[in-house]
Amino acid sequence: MAVCVAVIAKENYPLYIKTIPTDNELKFQYTVHTSLDVVEEKISSVGKNTNDLRELYLGLLYPTEDYKVYGYVTNTKVKFVIVVESSNTSLRDNEIRGMFRKLHNGYVDMLCNPFYTPGENITSRLFDNTVLSMMQQD
Amino acid sequence: MAWASNLPQELLCRPTALVSLTGLDVTYNAIHKLIWDSFVNNRRSDRVPLQFKVTAGDHEYPKCRTNKRQSYEWYIPKGVLKKTWMNKHLNQVPAVVVVFFDLDWDEHLWKEKQMECATRVEIVRNSLLNRGTKVAVVLIQKNAPLPPGEDVVAAERAASLCSACDLSAKQLYVLPHTDHLIGYTIRLENAFYELAQSYYHGEARKVKAHRDFLNKTTHQLLFVRHQFKIAFFSELKQDSHTALKHYKQAYGHLLEMRMHDTNLLEIKSIAGFINYKICRLSFQHNAPLDSIAQFRKHIDFFKSKVGIAELAFEHSAWMAKQFQVFGDLFDEAIKLGLTAIQTQHPGFYYQQAANHAVNRKQLCRGFCKPLTQLIHPDPLEFLDNLDFYGQRPWRQGHQSIDPPDMQRERDGIASLQNMEIQVDHSWIIIPLLNSAVAQFKKYKSPRMKRYLMVQMGEEYYHAKDYNKALMLLNKVMWDYRGERWWHLLDSILDISLKCAYLTCKLQEYVSVCVELIGSYSMRSTEEKTRIQMNLIRVISNDSPEPEPGLDPICVDNARRLWSSCSTDPSVFSIDMQNIVPFVECKACFSTETVAADTEVQLEVYIRVNCQFPVRFSKLSVFLNNQLYNQYCQIVDGQGVSAGSEADSRGGDLYLVPGQTRLYTFSFLPLKDDVETQLEISSLVLELGSEAGRCAMLQWIGGGGPAVSPVQTAQSLLPRKPVVPGCPIDWNAVDVRAATRIVPRKAKLDVVIQHEPPCLLNEFYLLRLDMTNNEDTDIEDIRLSFGIQGDETASESEQTSHVCLETPEFDNVVEYSREDVALVKLGTGKKLSRRLFVKNMQIGTKVLFVKLVYTVAVTKTQQIITCTCEQNETISLTTVTPFEVSVKLNSLKFEQIEAIQIEEPFLLLPELKCTSPWLVELQSSQLQMTPFVQSADEDAPSQLQGVCLKKSECAAECICLQTVHCIQPSISLGTYTVYWRRHTDESKDLPFVTTSFPLPIVNTEHVPISMELRLPAYGSVKNLLPLCYVINNRTAYPQEMEVTMEANDSFMFSGNKQFHFRILPSKAYNLTYNLFPLVAGHVALPKLHVNMLRYQGNIDLITQKMIPTHVFIKPTGKTLDSSG
Repeated sequence: MAVCVAVIAKENYPLYIKTIPTDNELKFQYTVHTSLDVVEEKISSVGKNTNDLRELYLGLLYPTEDYKVYGYVTNTKVKFVIVVESSNTSLRDNEIRGMFRKLHNGYVDMLCNPFYTPGENITSRLFDNTVLSMMQQD
Repeated sequence: MAWASNLPQELLCRPTALVSLTGLDVTYNAIHKLIWDSFVNNRRSDRVPLQFKVTAGDHEYPKCRTNKRQSYEWYIPKGVLKKTWMNKHLNQVPAVVVVFFDLDWDEHLWKEKQMECATRVEIVRNSLLNRGTKVAVVLIQKNAPLPPGEDVVAAERAASLCSACDLSAKQLYVLPHTDHLIGYTIRLENAFYELAQSYYHGEARKVKAHRDFLNKTTHQLLFVRHQFKIAFFSELKQDSHTALKHYKQAYGHLLEMRMHDTNLLEIKSIAGFINYKICRLSFQHNAPLDSIAQFRKHIDFFKSKVGIAELAFEHSAWMAKQFQVFGDLFDEAIKLGLTAIQTQHPGFYYQQAANHAVNRKQLCRGFCKPLTQLIHPDPLEFLDNLDFYGQRPWRQGHQSIDPPDMQRERDGIASLQNMEIQVDHSWIIIPLLNSAVAQFKKYKSPRMKRYLMVQMGEEYYHAKDYNKALMLLNKVMWDYRGERWWHLLDSILDISLKCAYLTCKLQEYVSVCVELIGSYSMRSTEEKTRIQMNLIRVISNDSPEPEPGLDPICVDNARRLWSSCSTDPSVFSIDMQNIVPFVECKACFSTETVAADTEVQLEVYIRVNCQFPVRFSKLSVFLNNQLYNQYCQIVDGQGVSAGSEADSRGGDLYLVPGQTRLYTFSFLPLKDDVETQLEISSLVLELGSEAGRCAMLQWIGGGGPAVSPVQTAQSLLPRKPVVPGCPIDWNAVDVRAATRIVPRKAKLDVVIQHEPPCLLNEFYLLRLDMTNNEDTDIEDIRLSFGIQGDETASESEQTSHVCLETPEFDNVVEYSREDVALVKLGTGKKLSRRLFVKNMQIGTKVLFVKLVYTVAVTKTQQIITCTCEQNETISLTTVTPFEVSVKLNSLKFEQIEAIQIEEPFLLLPELKCTSPWLVELQSSQLQMTPFVQSADEDAPSQLQGVCLKKSECAAECICLQTVHCIQPSISLGTYTVYWRRHTDESKDLPFVTTSFPLPIVNTEHVPISMELRLPAYGSVKNLLPLCYVINNRTAYPQEMEVTMEANDSFMFSGNKQFHFRILPSKAYNLTYNLFPLVAGHVALPKLHVNMLRYQGNIDLITQKMIPTHVFIKPTGKTLDSSG
């Protein structure tokens, strides 16, 4: 399953980052941060061409040796990034889409909490559990 | 380690056929030198790819194996590819050997020369024994050749030479040494190229022929070797498609080989070579996707083939090299026109190469140990001259699974490790990262670029180049700050702090500390405490404690540096807005505008977020006018390490974490600064003493929070009002870095009285009353007034005139009066002035009145002279005072459409008053055109002294007559009225004139005019004499016929029907005596006129000229005196 899940604010600062295992968290943060280059490029190129509804799922962002980085951007430009190991071949495009859908639902539920101010770091336990469920080995 | 993974030069170059030129004496023979130069110089891409070499005629070429192997049955290959093989075919064994020989067809000693040539060819042939190398002869001739077929001698001698030298006719060439040398050279070259191609084709076929002898069990190596050779020969032949096919086959055979630890290095080396060739050729064939796919396959296959664990670094080095080489190939292809995209470009390969290089370094650090003693014989003795690529120098040619000698193997590994430990890996990693940075920059990946730069910085740090590391990290930190990736920023700051410590860079050290102890830093409380302690130490001229986890040797060095520089005073500034500091500062002016006579209030809020309280030494605010800066300073008397708040004197800059402190400054604005903007240019908070070390923490402008808050829906909600007495809410404070100094508010009561609306053209009176409400006398009062907007209007549009006190206008418009000096005005006194406005156009205008004066104000025992200004504006609406309608009547008071020339008529102008105010008319006047004149001698205006209220009318009647003229229509002129507003105050106002244009009327020409002279009335039965006067207006005599019609009311005597002539411009009188029979308004008998020469009905016209009726009185009754 995923080794790193991140939620990035519209202004590109991290709202939530979870990595398993945690010892290499810094590296994953760099991975997520650098993947924003591709995310931004993809968003901007779509905006120019059509006014149609953009697909939220951006697909594979960076092909790295060890990890695959996938991206997803909500309509309010909140970005989700999921990192999976390259060796994990069981995760196909459909599974990744499913994970993003789940993550988006979890995010929306969390956002509905009136005590959460948009733009703050996400500390919700429920959201945490959603993410953990995507990262644990089945 | 370079020896195992580097690609040899002969692999990297583009293979070109080798052509040996013999018999050229390039040192002493100028012609030969010229020929040689024409071959080697200017080898552009449009010339055939050949490599030329000058060799002696008796040059020894590498020997060919004499005994051709007939069977491979007992042959066990010792390795895949010999190290010398490629070089041999590139640079030693020529495809073509050319024998140059000076010989003309008309040579006298032909036989001898022919013999000599044949001998030379023979020598060359002998040294190329058993090789398929082609031999060609070129005769260098002085004379230009004749066209083919004409030179019989030449043809015959050429045939004999060919047979003597055993050459085919296609291998003999002639090179005339004439002007067109280069043209001949190119033709020769092409011929050699064809020979070379056929040579390499033959060589490749020879190798192919071996294939049948091979078997899969013992000759696996040969399958690879042979395919490689065929491919290489194809490349030499410039047949890259065949080459690619065979390289792919070679690669396929290679992957099928048995791989074990002893031969893995060899296989990986060769795999690297072949992969390089395949990728390169694929790029060359414009198939980048094939190339990338091949490389992926290659990497995926060999990724896990580490080999001997002790030499794992070798694998990383090899991997790094593979990526680097592919990156180079990719980059090369891009330079030749390939387009790459953001997610697929050379940068990724360089980055991976760097990652493997880092991995190599870590493996080296983990496993490699230096040799404790020298090993004899040295296992690496033959490292630089191996027989086969990728073999271990201590067991060359060995192909079995287990190493022959375990002890030797261990020694060899130890030696290799020893060698690896001497490599400075950082200088391998940094250039790779540098290449990657350049690529990511090119392909719009700024964040990846910065990440790589951070890695570079870290590598510089590991390479102990701390200054460079610091510089590089400083360059990229801002982005992580800007995007708020605090974790990443923190890790960068950590290295920066170490570098700054190790190089004793005071400013950087303090700057990093200031950032690390703030609330956005991810450090633990203890860490922050430790760093803050270090900061205090540094600021108090002490050495900081070293950062944990540093190399002890470097720490000792750094300690010395710190202690040596501790005595020097050092003042430096740190820009707070570029970092995320632990102290935040906000400055604001209390109001947006400040009157010139009030104090400017400046508030500075400071908050710190560090672990324990901190004492600053000085707070200063710098404004755009430096004269104020002296008022905006607070100096803390204590030292930086002084304890609590209680023992502070005077200014106090002891700040407790989490509490916002407010410092207030106030000062009076300067007179010169009125009407200017006062701005905060910077805020400076000093830490430490200026005598020792002092960090000037600087904010440009009014400061602000360390991190600008994200705007959310909530932050846009209205804020709670600040309740006095409560702790200051930091977030509620807004920065206001500028205020405007406005003039002091005038205490002058200005009243303007007037009676609107303004009438067109009149001198409109406005009474200006000023009352001095100041406490003192005011001086230098200057009055300006005028029409707003007229200063920009063109002269023709300026239709308003203003004057002061005296209403005057001499056709020069003055739209405003500026700075009219008025008298000094005592306190409480009143002053009155009259303003006049003359508007010459209807509509609305805005009148401004400005009063400027100076007054002395006493403020905090100071007397300041203030300039005050009072502005008033009035909107003036202008209306017309009256409307005029003009009527034209005949003398019979009948309205007429056209006037008859030279006939009198009546003009009736009627004025209707539209002004709401009473209007007094002085007189009226007609300005007539030359065609019109008054019928009366002297007619005074009938409107003199008339006063009109609103809607009242005044009319007059003027009798006019046209002079003789022939215009079809004439203008009558203008009608001018002299008038003024009639009020109590207007007695002394001048009358103004308003002119109205009179209409243009049509004229009629009538040949005759008729006049009837009769008394005003008649009486019944009394004689009533009539006289008709007929005037001839033409220049010809006119014949007339008149008939008098009988009438019941009169009896008359005179001509009833009459015929006569009238001379030009003369009159004719017809006299009748009438005897009225009835009384009353009685119709006169009609006189019909007929003109014989006039087509129109003159009778109708004449009827209009004369009266039709007359009043007849009844006979008066006499008073009966008796009755």
